[in-house]
Amino acid sequence: MFFYLVRRVLYAIPIALAVGFVCFMLVQIAPGDPINAIVPPDAPQEVVEQVRRDYGLDQPLPVQFGLWLLKVVQGDLGRSLATGRPVWSDLSSAIGNTLTLAAAASLIGFVFGCVLGGLAGTFRGSLIDRLAVTSAVAGVSVPHYWLGMVLVVIFSVQMNALPAMGAGPGGSADWAWDWEHLQHLILPAVTLSVIPMGIVTRTVRGIVAEIMNQEFVTALRGKGLTSWGVFLHVVKNAAPNVIAVMGLQLGYLMGGSILVETVFSWPGTGLLLNSAIFQRDLPVLQGTILVLAMFFVALNLVVDLVQTALDPRIKRA
Amino acid sequence: MLRLRHLLLAAALPVALATAQPAQAQGTLRIGMTAADIPLTHGQPDQGFEGNRFTGIPLYDALTAWDLSRADRPSTVIPGLATEWSVDPNDRTRWVFRLRPSVRFHDGSPFNADAVVWNVRKVLDREAPHFDPRQVGVTATRMPTLRRAEKIDELTVALFTSEPDSLLPINLTNLFMASPAHWEVLRRQHPTAEATWNAFAANPSGTGPFRLTRLVPRERAEMVRNDAYWGERARLERIVLLPIPEANARTAALLSNQVDWIEAPAPDAVPQLRARGMQIASNPQPHVWPWQPCFLEHSPLRDVRVRRAINLAIDREGLRTLLGGMMQPAVGTVPPGHPWWGNPSFNIRTDKAEARRLLAEAGYGPQRPLNLRVQISASGSGQMQPLPMNEFLQQDLRQVGVNVEFDVIEWNALFTNWRQGCGHPSARGAHAINVSFAAMDPFFAMVRFWDSKMAAPVSNNWGMFSDPRFDELVAAARNAFEPAERDAALARLHAAGVDEALFIWIAHDVGPRAMSPRVRGHVQPQSWFVDLRLPFIQ
Repeated sequence: MFFYLVRRVLYAIPIALAVGFVCFMLVQIAPGDPINAIVPPDAPQEVVEQVRRDYGLDQPLPVQFGLWLLKVVQGDLGRSLATGRPVWSDLSSAIGNTLTLAAAASLIGFVFGCVLGGLAGTFRGSLIDRLAVTSAVAGVSVPHYWLGMVLVVIFSVQMNALPAMGAGPGGSADWAWDWEHLQHLILPAVTLSVIPMGIVTRTVRGIVAEIMNQEFVTALRGKGLTSWGVFLHVVKNAAPNVIAVMGLQLGYLMGGSILVETVFSWPGTGLLLNSAIFQRDLPVLQGTILVLAMFFVALNLVVDLVQTALDPRIKRA
Repeated sequence: MLRLRHLLLAAALPVALATAQPAQAQGTLRIGMTAADIPLTHGQPDQGFEGNRFTGIPLYDALTAWDLSRADRPSTVIPGLATEWSVDPNDRTRWVFRLRPSVRFHDGSPFNADAVVWNVRKVLDREAPHFDPRQVGVTATRMPTLRRAEKIDELTVALFTSEPDSLLPINLTNLFMASPAHWEVLRRQHPTAEATWNAFAANPSGTGPFRLTRLVPRERAEMVRNDAYWGERARLERIVLLPIPEANARTAALLSNQVDWIEAPAPDAVPQLRARGMQIASNPQPHVWPWQPCFLEHSPLRDVRVRRAINLAIDREGLRTLLGGMMQPAVGTVPPGHPWWGNPSFNIRTDKAEARRLLAEAGYGPQRPLNLRVQISASGSGQMQPLPMNEFLQQDLRQVGVNVEFDVIEWNALFTNWRQGCGHPSARGAHAINVSFAAMDPFFAMVRFWDSKMAAPVSNNWGMFSDPRFDELVAAARNAFEPAERDAALARLHAAGVDEALFIWIAHDVGPRAMSPRVRGHVQPQSWFVDLRLPFIQ
């Protein structure tokens, strides 16, 4: 297991390099100019060129990438072209906000997904099953930014019951787990939870239905085990696959949702990426994507380890 | 246990609804901006003129300022931290500014000639210990001829330009005065000038009517009234700035009482806002939403008859209806009645018959239709509603036999192309480009487009327009130092531009903003800026 862990950590290095390189090249290939984050479009050419030199944007691309990489290995993600602030200071607060949102959305999505999927798989073909499948399909199909806007119209604009935007009455810097702040979390978390809820519902339904048809379930029933006892066996058998799906979904949620965070002005990584993309703020883009990619890799590793712990048949040699 | 409590609270989220909203203190104005981040607060804001509007003018003053107290006439330049100024008659590159006495920065240090020299050096003198390259881009570009400053006495300073330039006092509205003493204090606590400027941005000191008290990057800025302000004090006690880049989110925030004021509500939300009792403020801005023609060989817009025909073919009133009234028809870079309007002989109006006649005279008709290619964006700051507006123009021009094809590109890319010129491959054969611009200042309104020296990539003469007559008109305006004389020279330049139809003028933005009925005292000037000393919460 130790060597497995070491190997997985080492795998992350080429992944990080590839992510950094691809992100760097994509931004270079895209039309537009990072210099627009720093100078207005009406700037005289000599000012543009001077600022380009000041920021090292006149260097050949391999040199720019190499310099960035050198700083990254020293733990410095650079400074935002647009604001001059260290990328890490903006990114760390954004990650915290996205984690809060992702945790809430995961909790809602996974709990409802498991309950609906479990019921649908157990009572396959019933009305419950059809309702669960319908809600799962709807959850995956409905554009979540649209759903977010609808929720805002209903709960914020019409009912004036929940805040429409922001991460608390004083912003996320003084976040607390009290009602004043939690009410800001409700609408974005519910919006963001819909897709994982749909996916988890479908996954759990399929797995539970398959397990319920296996002979060992019949045997358990034949032995006189109670429904609760059978249920526990089904859960144990379904858990590894369900956890794998949840892990992937959690990874997606941790990456932040550009659309949902923009609709709710939630100051997470999605909103950070959104403004960085529009401003061609290269250091922010590269730093954010790199950290999120590493997060995703780490999360996958954790999921693999949890799967192994739950099901010894899965070997990680 | 605490964690368990957190989890339980989070688990209760989907079903927990409540109606309580935090009470707002009297005199606090919460503003939803269109920017995605708080504009920089170190004295030279980014985020375009929205930055100057919300973290420039409220926190800082410049030597000259805009008169934002009236809605019924275009804003003009008035004394700011300088009480008077004049050009040296013997050396027209030297200006003398007399400074306002007894002004203090928020940190209590005095404002004087040394502070002016220090602030000029922060963006122009690369050898200065406090030089900040990050501030150059947003400052030097707006005062292209300023070179240096020199102290004459405690309250008198000389500014030098690279060439005679009567526009300098207007340009100087963009150079905000930060406190040198406060910067020096911070410098002792930080290792580099760059780090010091970052610290200064978090804890700034200017002379403006508000002081920054809290800054949460990307989320909010809070400022309180500066009770020691040298001029008329603000009525508000406190302002909270919130970046809300999405138009629907801004509207929802206003309707749900999370903010009191939003910038640029979506035009289709205006009826709903009005129905809910919100106030909509608008007034024509010095802003132009045009098609800028290409004057190179391949472009049919090289022919003045074609440019005039297209100007005449456009139904600007129809476009205004499309936008729910949220635009002003543009018949020049500045509107009739403006000091720079002049007396153009070409009367821009909707006259499709005359447009057809001009096109026929230029050789275009049913047998040989005019095909135009225009580079546009799908969105962008100041671009209003570029897709529906351009589609409207496309349909309108089809009625006079002009086929318009759009090359829709991303806003940042369009900006970049704007610098390259219409002969550059980035133009992809476009005959016109649709980039809106600010027209507060003669350089940005006219000079950069019509002076042959400003041809791309030097500046924004994207169309590569070159005409010695216009170069002479520009030089005459730059050398007219009496305000009336300068306005007359600019009026001649503008009238000549309209007569030659150097733009396809389409719309002026009206800078709509929506606000709660509790907001009183707001004056919506004919400007990109507002005076936040005037509004208050009832």
